[in-house]
Amino acid sequence: MTESTPLVSSASGREVLPSAVVRFAGDSGDGMQVTGDQFTAAAALARNDLATFPDFPAEIRAPTGTLYGVSGFQINFSSQDVYTPGDAPDVLVAMNPAALKTNLRDLKRGGLLIANSGAFTAQNLKKAGYETNPLEGDSLSNYRVMSIDITKLTVAAVKELNLSTKEAHRCKNFWTLGLMFWLYGRPLEPTVQWIEGKFKKRDDLVQANIAALKAGHAYGETAEIAHHRYEVPAAALEPGTYRNIGGNTATAWGLLAATKLSGLDMLLGAYPITPASDVLHELSKYKQFGVTTVQAEDEIAAVCAALGAAYAGNIGVTTTSGPGMALKMEGIGLAVAVELPLVIVDIQRGGPSTGLPTKTEQADLLQAVYGRNSEAPVCVIAASTPGNCFYMAIEAVRLALKYMTPVILLTDGYLANGAEPWRIPKFADLPKIDVKFRTDPEGFHPFLRDPKTLARNWAIPGTKGLTHRIGGLEKDFKSGHISYAPDNHELMCQTRAQKIAGIADDVPEQKIDLGDASGKLLVLGWGSTYGSIREAVQRCRARGLSVSHAHVNYLNPLPRNLGDLLKRFDRVLVPELNMGQLVKIIRSQYLVPAESYPKVQGQPFKIAELYERIVSTMES
Amino acid sequence: MADLIEPTRLTKKDFETDQDVRWCPGCGDYSILANVQRVMPELGLPLEQIVWVSGIGCSSRFPYYMNTYGFHTIHGRAPAFATGIKTANPELSVWMATGDGDGLSIGGNHLMHCLRRNVDIKILLFNNRIYGLTKGQYSPTSEVGKVTKSTPSGSVDQPIDPASFALGVNASFVARSIDVEAQHLGDVLRRAAKHVGTAFTEIYQNCNVFNDGAFDSFTDKAVKADRQIRVEHGKPLVFGAERNKGLRLNPATMTLEVVDLAAGGVTEADLLVHDETNSVLAYMLARMPYPAFPVALGVLFCELRPTFGASLTTQRQAAEQKYGGGDVDALLGGGNTWTI
Repeated sequence: MTESTPLVSSASGREVLPSAVVRFAGDSGDGMQVTGDQFTAAAALARNDLATFPDFPAEIRAPTGTLYGVSGFQINFSSQDVYTPGDAPDVLVAMNPAALKTNLRDLKRGGLLIANSGAFTAQNLKKAGYETNPLEGDSLSNYRVMSIDITKLTVAAVKELNLSTKEAHRCKNFWTLGLMFWLYGRPLEPTVQWIEGKFKKRDDLVQANIAALKAGHAYGETAEIAHHRYEVPAAALEPGTYRNIGGNTATAWGLLAATKLSGLDMLLGAYPITPASDVLHELSKYKQFGVTTVQAEDEIAAVCAALGAAYAGNIGVTTTSGPGMALKMEGIGLAVAVELPLVIVDIQRGGPSTGLPTKTEQADLLQAVYGRNSEAPVCVIAASTPGNCFYMAIEAVRLALKYMTPVILLTDGYLANGAEPWRIPKFADLPKIDVKFRTDPEGFHPFLRDPKTLARNWAIPGTKGLTHRIGGLEKDFKSGHISYAPDNHELMCQTRAQKIAGIADDVPEQKIDLGDASGKLLVLGWGSTYGSIREAVQRCRARGLSVSHAHVNYLNPLPRNLGDLLKRFDRVLVPELNMGQLVKIIRSQYLVPAESYPKVQGQPFKIAELYERIVSTMES
Repeated sequence: MADLIEPTRLTKKDFETDQDVRWCPGCGDYSILANVQRVMPELGLPLEQIVWVSGIGCSSRFPYYMNTYGFHTIHGRAPAFATGIKTANPELSVWMATGDGDGLSIGGNHLMHCLRRNVDIKILLFNNRIYGLTKGQYSPTSEVGKVTKSTPSGSVDQPIDPASFALGVNASFVARSIDVEAQHLGDVLRRAAKHVGTAFTEIYQNCNVFNDGAFDSFTDKAVKADRQIRVEHGKPLVFGAERNKGLRLNPATMTLEVVDLAAGGVTEADLLVHDETNSVLAYMLARMPYPAFPVALGVLFCELRPTFGASLTTQRQAAEQKYGGGDVDALLGGGNTWTI
């Protein structure tokens, strides 16, 4: 929900809102991501449902004051179910003119703008392309404006600690956070504790940041601010124990859980790449789970080390993003040929080439499904929410081990860096993963297959009586020896294809996520667009439109009932953050005239634009 | 050296596979294969504990002919696969066959990082100074001016010397031998097998189809004693059919020089004594200009240092000691949580 019409004034004098969308925007050195994270933690502790969207530049420290150096963090928190970080902020915090310039167009009419007037210097205004100071004059008359010299007030708050000017200025994000905590009635204590832990080696910085936080809060209390204070009550979430979780963390934790569910050790081969590196960072902390992380010399070595480990009986995993994915393809092709389990996590970002490293996109789907030389089918699955990354990571491991195949798990920058409250599952409730190594030498050859799954035997080095050689050359179906025979090659290609196709019998049928099982329009999505599509379809249905939403997690093979499901609708619309990739597969596989709604701006769908597109599609 | 390794009942025959060996008749690879199959039983390891890994090229067909576990992978990447295999199961004895193209051209990066990490695997690089499987293009070890199908006017690339490359990237064991020198190659392989860490052995290997006789000028029986110096730890650097030549350090120029012991004025006491733990000496020996100097063969360098796998095991044990085994419920329930 993004509508924020006040309901009633509570006893505290606060306006009670069902939900609110807040965006923090500032220089990439202004600490907006930290501010956003802390504000998110406070909302989570207040038991709001929430979704977040960090949006930051690829440069680590872009030149100050520039438009391209603006870093943003948006959070949607609510007393009701939340599926996206929200379209338009109710509150925009702009720490400098560049942040105002790049973000103002999104702020709701009548929304609250908190601007750090101290940063609206002649130089910064010029860098942002303002000829006059927008805080003066009436250009912002559509908004409620709180123009505060946060820089000056922060410096005053930390004056006694004798910090350098630069360090004093760095505290202004906590001053701002303090003000926002006042505005939404959040306690300071959890953030105070976080500051104490974070800066424990610098007591002066602990004192300064706490002083700034409290000063911002006190400013709200004492200054004569005409605006209301707000309250967003707790959401009625399903009973359980919750935590806040981001997509990359969930992916890493799903992989960790898979080690215990399968009883196997894991080797992660990875090369640092945005936005995938955090999975490497996270897994490297948990050696006690039997996880070894190898930071390889390149993307190719990363996948090859993982596949080598799989040959030796580990769960082999490699994590990457688009350009790294391209480099790994020959290694994945070998995994297809030797039929070993391998999990590849592609955390997609904007491309082509280096593209938009910190921005989200879903344009690696065709690369994942088709991106190898020759006939090299693999299983491809996708996660749809940050919390869903946990389950899909386990699923990737399960399918890889059961079918002796590479499995590509697609997530993206939006899921990787976004966060949501997540009901914590119990380990005992997670499905165990059965693993059988071949030990019986009787009748063994390396390409003996399970007649049902068509998976070959996994005979690992160290097993007596099963010494054998495998490699990228074509194998004889009956003996596993090298064979260049024409009919045998065709049989092997068909067998590898059938094995992957057969996975459809082992994964859930496609369900309708929202709406009726038949109707005028089906909106078919995949991956991180789940939340936006769901909310847009919900709005359409509230208007009485005959529209349903189905969201695909299994992309190759597609769910066995998907073709039938599509035929129950007059029309199918496929919104994707690419130029139309799933729609190509759907059209070619099912011969339905599915329509594409592509977006490639490095940004997620807004609910409003999806809503409008659905409505206009139905009217056309 | 062989007496340090306990023999088992396995024989050369146990290491042979039922596959037809498909190298060209007369290829140096045959003698290397036979030598390896002779030495392997001396390791005292059961067949199933040994894994041969390779990339792509003539040399990389090697695993198909060894009755152990074997993984014929993709071009140049064998060191990365071997790293994954050895890391996943440190009990395995992991061997890698590669060539000058596979190991130093397409796979140069992986070879470098495997050597510097000191992954406990044994690497045999068959150097024939030519691309064989693609039918005769020049390789990164081919001499300048090499006329091949892809360099009809002669190659203009400066070649790389495999042993000095390995020393340059901080390999812990570097040796050289020759395909047909059965005794010498056998001794070097035994030393490599015993080394704990990455053991890099360059083997001069004759490609009788595309680069026949590439090494004849120092491997022919008639000249080899004068054109090779076989280094042994602790022994003076003497060579020559009459054992009358040696290597001496010229302290004024910091270079090696060949001296004639028979000419008088110079005795064995003036010669350098080979010290395989001395990386500077190893580097000088590896890079002696030929033919003004002999070609150095044997174990040029050997140093014990922590292996990649052992260091990882130490870290993992420390984590297990500190946190116990991994507990998924504790992981998911750690940090800030709330219950509804």
